[in-house]
Parts: sequence; C-alpha cells; structure tokens
Amino acid sequence: MIRSATVRVRGVSLVAAMALAIAAGADRAAAQSKPAELKVGVVSFLSGAAAVFGVPSKNAAEWLIDKYNKEGGIGGVRIRPIYIDEAGGAEKQVSEFRRLVLDEKVDLVIGYISSADCLAVAPVAEELRVLTVLFDCGTNRIFEDNKYRYVFRTKAHQALDSVAAAKYVLSIKPDVKTIAGINQDYAWGRDSWDTFRRAMQKLKPDVQVTAELWPKLLAGEYSAEISRLLTAKPDVIHSSFWNGDIVGFVKQGAPRGLFSQSLVVLSAGEHMLQDVGKDMPEGVIVGARGDHWFLHNATDPLHKEFVDGYRARYGRYPIYPSYHMYQAVAGVKAAFEKAIKDGGGAWPKVDAVIKAFEGIEYRVPPGRTMTVRSDHNGIEPAIMGITKQVPQYPFAILDRIRVFPQAEVNPPLGVKTNDWIDSWKK
Amino acid sequence: MTVPIAILLDGVLYAAVLFLLAAGLTLVYGVMRILNIAHGSLYALGAYTGTALVLAYLSTGGPEPLMYLALLAGAVLAGSIVGPLVERLLLRPIYAREEVVQLLVTFSLFLILEDVMKLVWGVQPYYVAKPYAYLGTVTIAGVRYAWYQLLLIAVALATGVLVVAAIRGTRIGRMIIAVTADREISTTLGINVARLFTLAFTAGAILAALGGALVAPLIAVAPGISVEAIVLAFAVVVIGGLGSLEGAALGALIVGVTRAAAVYLLPEAELATVYLIMVAVLLFRPRGLFGELEMRRI
Amino acid sequence: MSGREGALALVAAAALVAVPLLLPGWVAFLLTLALAKSVVVLAIALLLRAGLVSFGHGMFFAAGAYTVGLLMKRVGVHEAVLLTAAGIVVAAAAAALVGLFIARYRGIFFAMLNMAISMVVYSVLLKLYWLTGGTDGIGIRTPVILGMTPDRESLRLAIYYFTLALTLPAFYVVQRFWNSALGFVLRAVRDNEVRVEYMGTSVYRSIYAAYVLSGGLAGLGGVLTGFSVGHIVPEQAYWTTSGEFVFVAVLGGPASVPGPLVGSIAFEFLKSYASKYAAFTWQMTLGAAMLVIILFMPGGLWTIYGWLARGGRRWAWSSKPSA
Repeated sequence: MIRSATVRVRGVSLVAAMALAIAAGADRAAAQSKPAELKVGVVSFLSGAAAVFGVPSKNAAEWLIDKYNKEGGIGGVRIRPIYIDEAGGAEKQVSEFRRLVLDEKVDLVIGYISSADCLAVAPVAEELRVLTVLFDCGTNRIFEDNKYRYVFRTKAHQALDSVAAAKYVLSIKPDVKTIAGINQDYAWGRDSWDTFRRAMQKLKPDVQVTAELWPKLLAGEYSAEISRLLTAKPDVIHSSFWNGDIVGFVKQGAPRGLFSQSLVVLSAGEHMLQDVGKDMPEGVIVGARGDHWFLHNATDPLHKEFVDGYRARYGRYPIYPSYHMYQAVAGVKAAFEKAIKDGGGAWPKVDAVIKAFEGIEYRVPPGRTMTVRSDHNGIEPAIMGITKQVPQYPFAILDRIRVFPQAEVNPPLGVKTNDWIDSWKK
Repeated sequence: MTVPIAILLDGVLYAAVLFLLAAGLTLVYGVMRILNIAHGSLYALGAYTGTALVLAYLSTGGPEPLMYLALLAGAVLAGSIVGPLVERLLLRPIYAREEVVQLLVTFSLFLILEDVMKLVWGVQPYYVAKPYAYLGTVTIAGVRYAWYQLLLIAVALATGVLVVAAIRGTRIGRMIIAVTADREISTTLGINVARLFTLAFTAGAILAALGGALVAPLIAVAPGISVEAIVLAFAVVVIGGLGSLEGAALGALIVGVTRAAAVYLLPEAELATVYLIMVAVLLFRPRGLFGELEMRRI
Repeated sequence: MSGREGALALVAAAALVAVPLLLPGWVAFLLTLALAKSVVVLAIALLLRAGLVSFGHGMFFAAGAYTVGLLMKRVGVHEAVLLTAAGIVVAAAAAALVGLFIARYRGIFFAMLNMAISMVVYSVLLKLYWLTGGTDGIGIRTPVILGMTPDRESLRLAIYYFTLALTLPAFYVVQRFWNSALGFVLRAVRDNEVRVEYMGTSVYRSIYAAYVLSGGLAGLGGVLTGFSVGHIVPEQAYWTTSGEFVFVAVLGGPASVPGPLVGSIAFEFLKSYASKYAAFTWQMTLGAAMLVIILFMPGGLWTIYGWLARGGRRWAWSSKPSA
C-alpha cells in the first residue's frame, strides 16, 4: 500500500519535476538565445593614407560602444568590438571579413571606407548571411547595381556631396560662368566630378567647363595643375580631394593665390580643417559629407554629449568619419531594439533585425533623425559652408552655413543618381 | 606665350624633385651595381626627419630663416645614420650574390623601413607649410610661382653640379670612377672598395633624404609616399641610364616636362606618361640615354 | 622525381583533397586562396630557375582575372571552365606579345621592363573606368561549374576543388616542362647563356617559351584568385603585387617542386595571423623573414625538408637548381 502511494507520489513528483524542468528549460532556452555578448567586427583604416578617416571613426566606435555598454548594452547584451585594419586591399578585406565571421565568430560587421572594399565585401556578407553595416564608403554603385539583403549603409552616398556643392556654389555665386575640376584619378574622383558637373550644368546650362584635371591619387605635387588653373582662371574650382592631397593642394596653391583667384569647393574638406589649422585660406567652400559639423546644433544634448565626450577622450573635435561611425553603431542598436520590441522581448534573429532596419529612423548627432530606407541606403541632409579663421579656434571654421534638407540632396527611393539629376526641372 | 613657358617652368620644377630623388639611386647603382628598391623609403625618411626637425625648431621660436637649415640637417642626419647602417649590415653580406638576391634584400628593407617609420612617427600625416610660404611669390609669364619652388630648382642644380664635380675633381671621386669601371682591378690597385661602397651608399641615402626633406613642405608627409617615389625614381634612372648622373638629370627633365605638358594639353594621359616613356626608352635604347654598354664576361 | 618523392607527392595530393572537409570554413578559404596564388608563384619560380626575375607578373595575373571579370559582366559568360580557358589564353597571348621583346633582356633590365609594362597595364585598368570600373573593380559572381550552379552550402567546397583540379595539373605541367629538353636548356642559360648559343640553341626562343608558359600560368592564378575572392581590382597589376609573388617564390624555395605551394600556403597563413596579432608590424615581419631566408636558407622554406631528408646538409639554391 505504502509502496504504491510512494510510487504515486514519486510518479506525481516525477511528472511535476519533469514539468518544472520543461518550463525551466524553456525559460533557459529563451534566456539562452540572448547571447552573452554581441560581438561586432569594426573595420576601418588604421594605417595608410586613409587612416585620417579610419582612426577618428574607430575612436567614435570606441566611445559610443563604451557609452552603450555603460547603459546596459543593446537589449541588455554587452557589445564587444573587434577592431580590424582596412588596409591591404580588397582581397585582404574579403579574407579578413571571412575570418571575422568564421573564426572570430562576430555577430555583425560594421565598417569600410574604401568603395572597393565595400563592393568586395557585400557579396561575401550575403553568402555568409551576416548583417553588415557600411559606414563610410561613398559609391552610389553599391545599391544601384545590386540588391543586398544583409548589407546596409547608414550614410548617404557621394551624390549628396556633389549635389550640395553645386547648389551651394550657385547660391553664393549665381553668375558662375566657368568651372574647372581637379580630382584624383580614381573612382571616387571620377564619380564626384561627374555628379558635380552634371548638377551644375543642369542648374545653370550655360556654364562652361574650362579644365578637367586628373592627378594620380596621392600624387602630392601639384605645381603644374595649379599653374594650369591659374592660367585658366575659372570662376569655380571643384575638388573632391581628401587627406594629404587637400593639404598639398592648399599648401602649394594658397601662397600662389589660387584660392583668392577662384572660388574653390572642397566637397570633402571638413575632415582636414583641424589638420591644416591656421594655414587654411578663408573663403573656401567646404563640404562635410552630410551635416557633420561640430558647431552645428551645438546645444543639442545628444550632439553636445558626443562632441564633448569625443574631445575629452581624443583631444580633437569629431569629424565626419566619426559621425558616420556613430550613425552606424547607433543604427545597429536602434534596429536590434526595434526587433526586440517587435518580437515581444525575445532576442531577435538576423532576419528580424533586417526587417527592423529597413525604413528605420533614429536620432544621431548633430541632433536630427537618421533614416535608412527600404533600399538599405541611408540619407542625410548636407551642410556646406565657407572657411573663416576665428580667434576662438586654432583652425578654420565654417561660416555662412547652409543646411540642405534630405530631399534636396538625395535621389528618391529607387531612382538612380544620374536619372534623378536629369529629371530636375531647374 | 604663357602656356609654353608655364609648361617649361612646371616641368623643370617637377624635374628638380625627380632629379634629387633619382640621383642617389643612380649613384648607388653605378658604383655598387645594386638597384636599391628601398631608395623611396630613404626619401620618405628624409621627409619625416626634415619635417620633424623643422617643427621642433619652429616651436623653439628661433629666427625663421634658420628653419631651412633644420630641414637640411634632417636630411643629412637621416642619410648619414641609416646609410652606413644599411650598407654594413645588409648589403655587405650579399655583394657576391646574384642580382635577384640583391633586389630581394632591398625589397625586404623597403618592407621593414615602412613599418619602422610607422612605428616611429605613427600613421597620421605631418605638415609644415612655413618653409614653402615664407619666401613669398613671384609672377612669371602671368602665373604666380612660389620662390621656394625656384629655390628647389637651384638646390637640385647645385647638388647635381656639386656631386659631378666631386666625382670628377676629388681623389675619392676618381676612386669611385675606378671602382665603377672595374671593381677587381681597383682592389688590386689598393683602393679600399669596402669603404668606398659605404661612402657611395651613404651619399645616395643623403641625396634621397634631401629630396624628401625639400619636398616635405609641399606635401603631407604620411606613410605610403615611398611606394610612389620608388617607381618614379626607377623610371627616371632607367630613362637616363643606370649609373649616369647626367642621364638622371636628362631623364628627370624629360619626365617632368612631358608630365607638365600632359597637364596642360591632355590631362587624361597624366597617369600613364611616366611609365610609357620608360617603356619607350627601354625598347629603343635599353641602356638609357646616357647609359654605358655593359660588357659581358664569358 | 624519385620514387620516394613521387610517393610524397601522392600523399600531399591526397591530403589536399581531404583537408577542406576537415578544416573550418575560414581555413579552407585561406587554403583555396593559397592554392590559387601558388600557380602565380610557380610562374615566377619557373623564371627564377632560368635566372630571370620579373617584378611585373601582376600584369598577367590581372589579365586572367579581368578576362573573367569582363566576360562575366559584359558578355554574360558564367561557365567556369570556359572562363578559365579564356583567362589562360588571354594571359598567355599577352605574354606572347610582351615576350617578343622582353626575352632579349636579362638581369635588372628584365626585371625593370616587366615592372614598367605592368605599371602601364595598371594605369590602363585604372583609367578605362567605364569598362573596368577603375579602382572600384569588378565583382565576380558565382561561376557555373560544368553546368552546375553550386548552392550556398557547397559553394566554397566547389571552388576549392575546382582550384585544386587546376592547380595540381599546373604543377605537373611545369615539372614535365622543367625535365624536358627545354627545361635543361634553361638551366644551362642560367649558368652561361653564351655557351648555350655556341651550342646552337636559341637562347631567345627558350626564354620566350618559358615566358609565355609563365604568363599563362600567372593568368590561371588570376582566374582562380578571382573566383575565390569574388572581386578584382587594378592593384593586382601593381608592382608591389608582383613583388609579393617574387617574395613568396623565394620564401618557398623556387628550385623545388613543392616550394611555390609550401611558400604560398605559409604566406597566406602568415599574413592572416600577422594582421590578427601584429597589425602594425606585419610588413616588417615579412621583410625580416625574407632576409633570414635569403641569408641563411637560400633554398627557401623547402630547405627544411632537405635538412630533414638529408640529415642536415643544406641545398644551396644559387649553385644547383634541382628537381
């Protein structure tokens, strides 16, 4: 009798135990699907000529990830970044990408400044089914030529810089008659000049191109080009030069009067202002590849936190690569959080994150909403200004700033850049 | 009239830079029969040390004209320290080895120096604009040029003349000519070839560093300038003839003026001009414009 | 090849066939890349054995890669066998053209002329932006192998075996070539080409033949690398790329059969782990490694095998190219 009662009790307890175990197991399963940490590969140029972009972007990633981790991470999960140098060429980056995913086992990858690297890595991201957020490359080709499910870009592409430059030039100098271009002879330079020229000729059809110069990337020595521009005397000179080439161009051209003779547009110039310092001539139009200017919206709390925090830690004001990286990391956080919310609190699979990412809007410095559209491309407003030396800062700042709203400087969804420009009705 | 004069002047300017770069390379080859792939790295080293010294000097607040001395000092320092070091440690063990091996050793040196410069100076670019802007400008044929550019031409010219005079006029110079012509016989004559090699290589290193230091005020000194430099140096040296300083000067002029002409007349061609000239010369006169015919020993 | 070496070769081949099934995906990818590039290294080693060093083989490497890229993108060809054949043919044809005058040069001039022409090719690839995409390069999609499109799961394996299926025969072809009459002539050319002329053999023709073979091989390497990486760029024709191949040839040991393969594998893994652990000094590490090898192990890494096999006696590369 007792034995059967014991058995029954044991039976009941067994069933109860099993039920509890199943419930606990299910609980653990739900809890287990939330990872111990979110491993993120962060790729940017830490060496070589483009380190002027890469290092500030890595700094921004570091700063923001630390901030997020202090606040509890993403959905309660700590972020663990793994920083990789983008130097070495497209082949090496493909290799490193695979290593990050297959060997380091990252959950997602943020990175890439060079357009060639972006174009090379995107198909690999698709193959390996890894969420990849491109943060700085400018080529419009990446989403215009292909559709990628796993790849996003949290910034606008180069059309932004060139179109904003054209519009700003015409607002400053509406009677422009002649333009010239000096751009580095590679994809970025070609695309930038092409878009700028198209935009100018569409907005002011009688404008003439008097010279198109194509020095080699990192040529460094521009005496002949400057002489040519001095003899041609164009009203406006466009240049998408970056880094050392801007510096060389400014150092060699300014004493010879190039910048006082023509109105020069440095469409990507913002990043060099702190380096050139007091040597920067005034009256040069400078673009920030978006609205990334540390003095714009300076009182906005999000912006102020970023600028002050970045400056305190790294000794410099953040430049546009830093802002772009912020947009990428913040975008990832926003997408994950939205996916978590949409999934009722469970840790999302990558498909859910992708769904959340498409069309997402989130706040970024300098205090506005960032949009990533359903075509996986980001759009941003653009700031252009004119350099002015002031006593408060050891470098030139932007004066006569104009902010171009997103719709004015980004092609609409689904429309290719060139088609969009052609469709303008002046 | 402006355009031809401008082409000429800009061409000569670029040629001055190229000559300083190529002179050391051709000198080293002429004496030691070694084509130093790391020559561009020595040029970069000169740029870094020159810039560093000028920046250091300017921060002390001394009289500004002396910054040029700082620039020169940087170059001489870099060349005279690294030159003998490299020659003794790396090149001496391989003089008897094949050309291939020597090329590979200098290629390894190039790789090593790239990272050494990165470790010492970091990856961010350095700028010092003062030396370029300080001397002001002058207008020639309606175009403004900086006096510094003309100074560069003068220095390149002076350097070339000095080196050629030193080789022709001094005793050591004549020993160099002897060693260049025939190493074995020079040794039997009692010439200390080993010491001469060190001297020649150091001179080459100093010339390269000088080129780098003088160009530094025009550019951003950053990792990577050596890669482009070496290709240009090769092109000039090959065009002029390996081992000939006059050839290097002429080669530099041809490349410089052609490039300047391209900028004015056909900008699209600018990228390829140097290599095309190099190929053309190698095809039609492989020993270069002033190169010596090498006698083959059977 | 002796019986022992033949057996070793079979073992190695078997290992290469089995290995990707056992290794993690990422290592298998490195191995695929190493195999693809080993063919270019083999091309360089072939010329090195004849006493010639080319700092410009990047142009044939790029020729093979861009043939594939352009055929895929502009003409819509996707069949891997066809693309490979086309890549080899174009590269060999380019070598046949360049070889006509380059075979007259030796030593430094040979090296420099190769470099100069490859830099012209690089400039052209960069400039013909509308055709080649310039610095953005061209993406190489999934090829169709013998009519079958590999699915996502088996894609990497398929590319690996395709690469292996072409690499092993390439090595075999070079081995046969080197042991043929022409191979012996080239050995002789390296020692003293004037004597070879006196014997009545055309040195020019022998070098020309070797150069064309070398160019075709480099093109094959370019094709396989393109399939593996999925993206090609003009930098493949740049002189530092060519220099890297020469480096690997010396690293592995150009005189031996497995040298290029061993060197290529060692190099890819070295590059990868160097950037993981010593990001800022990996160039220095490579340079130092090369110096050590040149000064102390002239036969390259394969010398180690020689030491083990012969109980410590070294092969001296410069005096006796063998195998």
